Amino acid sequence: MATIIRGFLKASAANLFCRLRIVSKYPTHLSAPVLSRLSSGWAYTPESPPEDLGESVKMNLFQSVTNAMDLSLAKDPTAIIFGEDVAFGGVFRCTVGLADKYGKDRVFNTPLCEQGIVGFGIGAAAAGATAIAEIQFADYIFPAFDQIVNEAAKFRYRCGNQFDCGKLTIRAPWGAVGHGALYHSQSPEAYFAHTPGIKVVIPRGPIQAKGLLLSCIQDQNPCIFFEPKILYRAAVEQVPVQEYTIPLSKADILIEGSDVTLVAWGTQVQVLREVAKMAQEKLGVSCELIDLQTILPWDTETVAQSVSKTGRLLVSHEAPLTSGFAAEIASTIQTECFLNLEAPIERVCGWDTPFPHVFEPFYLPDKWRCLDAIKRMVNY
Amino acid sequence: MAVNRSIAAFQLRHVARFHPIFGRGIHRTLSSTTTRFSIPDDTPDTMQIKTSHDVTEAMKNQRLVDDDRPHFPGTWKSSYVDTMRFIKPELQDTIPIYRVLNREGDIVNESEEPKLGQDMILQMYKTMIKLHTMDSILYNAQRQGRIAFYMTADGEEGAHIGSAAALDPNDEVYAQYREQGILMWRGFTLNQFIDQCIGNVRAHGRARQMPLHYGSRELHYITISAPLSTEMPQAAGTAYAMKRAGSKNCVACYFGDGAASEGDAHAAFNFASTLEVPVLFICRNNGYAISTHSYEQYRGDGIASRGAGYGMCSIRVDGNDTFAVYNAIKAAREIAMSESRPVLIELMTYRLGQHGTSDDASAYRSKEETEYWRRHHPIDRLRKYVTKKGWWNDEKDERWLNETRKMVLDALDGAEAQLKPNPHEMFNDVYDEMPPRLRKQAETLQRHLKEHKDEYPLLQNFAPK
Repeated sequence: MATIIRGFLKASAANLFCRLRIVSKYPTHLSAPVLSRLSSGWAYTPESPPEDLGESVKMNLFQSVTNAMDLSLAKDPTAIIFGEDVAFGGVFRCTVGLADKYGKDRVFNTPLCEQGIVGFGIGAAAAGATAIAEIQFADYIFPAFDQIVNEAAKFRYRCGNQFDCGKLTIRAPWGAVGHGALYHSQSPEAYFAHTPGIKVVIPRGPIQAKGLLLSCIQDQNPCIFFEPKILYRAAVEQVPVQEYTIPLSKADILIEGSDVTLVAWGTQVQVLREVAKMAQEKLGVSCELIDLQTILPWDTETVAQSVSKTGRLLVSHEAPLTSGFAAEIASTIQTECFLNLEAPIERVCGWDTPFPHVFEPFYLPDKWRCLDAIKRMVNY
Repeated sequence: MAVNRSIAAFQLRHVARFHPIFGRGIHRTLSSTTTRFSIPDDTPDTMQIKTSHDVTEAMKNQRLVDDDRPHFPGTWKSSYVDTMRFIKPELQDTIPIYRVLNREGDIVNESEEPKLGQDMILQMYKTMIKLHTMDSILYNAQRQGRIAFYMTADGEEGAHIGSAAALDPNDEVYAQYREQGILMWRGFTLNQFIDQCIGNVRAHGRARQMPLHYGSRELHYITISAPLSTEMPQAAGTAYAMKRAGSKNCVACYFGDGAASEGDAHAAFNFASTLEVPVLFICRNNGYAISTHSYEQYRGDGIASRGAGYGMCSIRVDGNDTFAVYNAIKAAREIAMSESRPVLIELMTYRLGQHGTSDDASAYRSKEETEYWRRHHPIDRLRKYVTKKGWWNDEKDERWLNETRKMVLDALDGAEAQLKPNPHEMFNDVYDEMPPRLRKQAETLQRHLKEHKDEYPLLQNFAPK
């Protein structure tokens, strides 16, 4: 398995780097784009760390995840990390160095069994340990669906708060990666969004990943943290070295605008950043870009306030259109903002197919499809 | 070389014969092959395997020598064989059933009699009667529409009380749904049982679950959930956390013969074994999963035989023999704690009652069968023992039975007289703090109920906000 994954990563890296406009592995200048991905052609735009968080260091997404877990294990003696292949550093390098630093009893491999990983994690959390479970790919989370939906989500409720598994956090690599096809590209957040009792969180970059993951680990409810795998190496920015948290259930307004509200999470935020620029340049349309960050419970207020102002909403995600999370947002916003809407809400999403291989560039909701949607709304 | 060969042959012929699981089977399998096994005594392959942890070391530290012996990472101390022989488990002996008390209430092997004393044994017996009484009355209460659902533990009282008495009161218990005797032994009151079944304001679970989904933090009994076997990997996780915290306690995880077929059971056995945690996996093999007889549930030798496949220490016990259950759990606990490993205990018993109040077992089993097992009731067996000891008699039995009946009926009346919690309770504890969206929903419901008060006469049974 490890060799396949390493080969996979090498291929992915080759794919990305053959389109690099710079020579070095990591950008030497913060504003230089790191990658462009085929025809969807977006670049990761590094963000600046908040000034009040002090000293920062260049980290990519997987390093920011490692850092968050490192800080958690240093501070909390009950904290453990477990899952397939985490001991040697993990197939995406998220746990590199942690087994050596904290010991094999705290960072350890489990047998290949997702229902066991999550069940074990629930039990450890219920006994008071901070349990950080890794599922190797979000595509493989489904054997654990029963444990997540029937057990973790309902643990506190069903016992009248005598017990809880709030110290459980489940992490999984998520989303399109360029060639992952059916079983290495899925975004399953919609399945879990339908489950009261858990939280679902998705970062757009390293600064958010560290802060949001720390919030998930410290949150007293079981959390699922999806990590956009294509950004593991591609997203690099200055990340504060100290411990900090970013609040859950709070959407982030990246760009303020007046004509159209754009909502996305994870990788797609980068696509919509491009789209916002194109809309301004080509159409003279001012877009407000919102990163939802927490899928469940989601920040309805921030989105509703924005749409009340702009009157137009575009939600975009890689997951298939039908019953994707955009459906929940669209339904809620049409109730909250009906009279303010200037046009029907647009959802630009993956098609209703399993995630394909060579057809990926045509499957994904790229910037041209999103721009078309904006045109439709503006011309309605 | 010749010396090594004969030592090896001796070991295989004689030592293997006493292998706890395969016993004579392996003897038969191997004795007819030629003695061409040679296990040199100069490499780690000859490492003495004394504990299951030694197995890990043997697998990890194989010396990769360029010789004609196997050194595969997937096993340890392995050897080649040049004649083909399949293992056919049906041709081996089944795992024998440990017992202490026979059906006449006599100790079979004096040295196995637990030295518990009159008080403790009578306490066990009386609790079994109280459990049986509570079950009978609450089953009938469901029939009368007083509670929604019930499941009895008829025939399994020995398994419950024998095992509960052998555990430490602070051992964490994960159960399936038919283990109410463990809670009763630990001190869960009749009020607490019935409050939960009725779902009234006093219920600690806040009336959110069906009857029988008990739980108690003080009594170290994690709240029951309906999906089967889900508690098993959780038990492994709890044991891991407890071990890391230096706890002096283990985890006891109960499950049935049907639940053992679920993937979570396999996951639990494997995780507990590889991660070396002190869990007792206690299987109540009562022969049925609703209507599914064990012969449709598995083809191997029950659940105890699976232990070997995971490297787990295992034993099979007469679940209707309270003393055998007690002894086995006590010993298993010692092994689990001292060697930090899971132990699989299969308690063979029989589900005398229906699966639950929605079930009529006469649809799939014969009267003769249930009458046979009623004659082998664990309570009768223990009664014979305590009567023969001179500690108990029919008059005391009658008196205690009537006392328990009165206690249960009083508790039932008391529980019914209580109100149910306010509907707002439905919205609490989904998360540690109520999210804004849920708060809005709760307020919507309250407004609706206030506005349409007359359409909800049911509300008078619920406490005001």
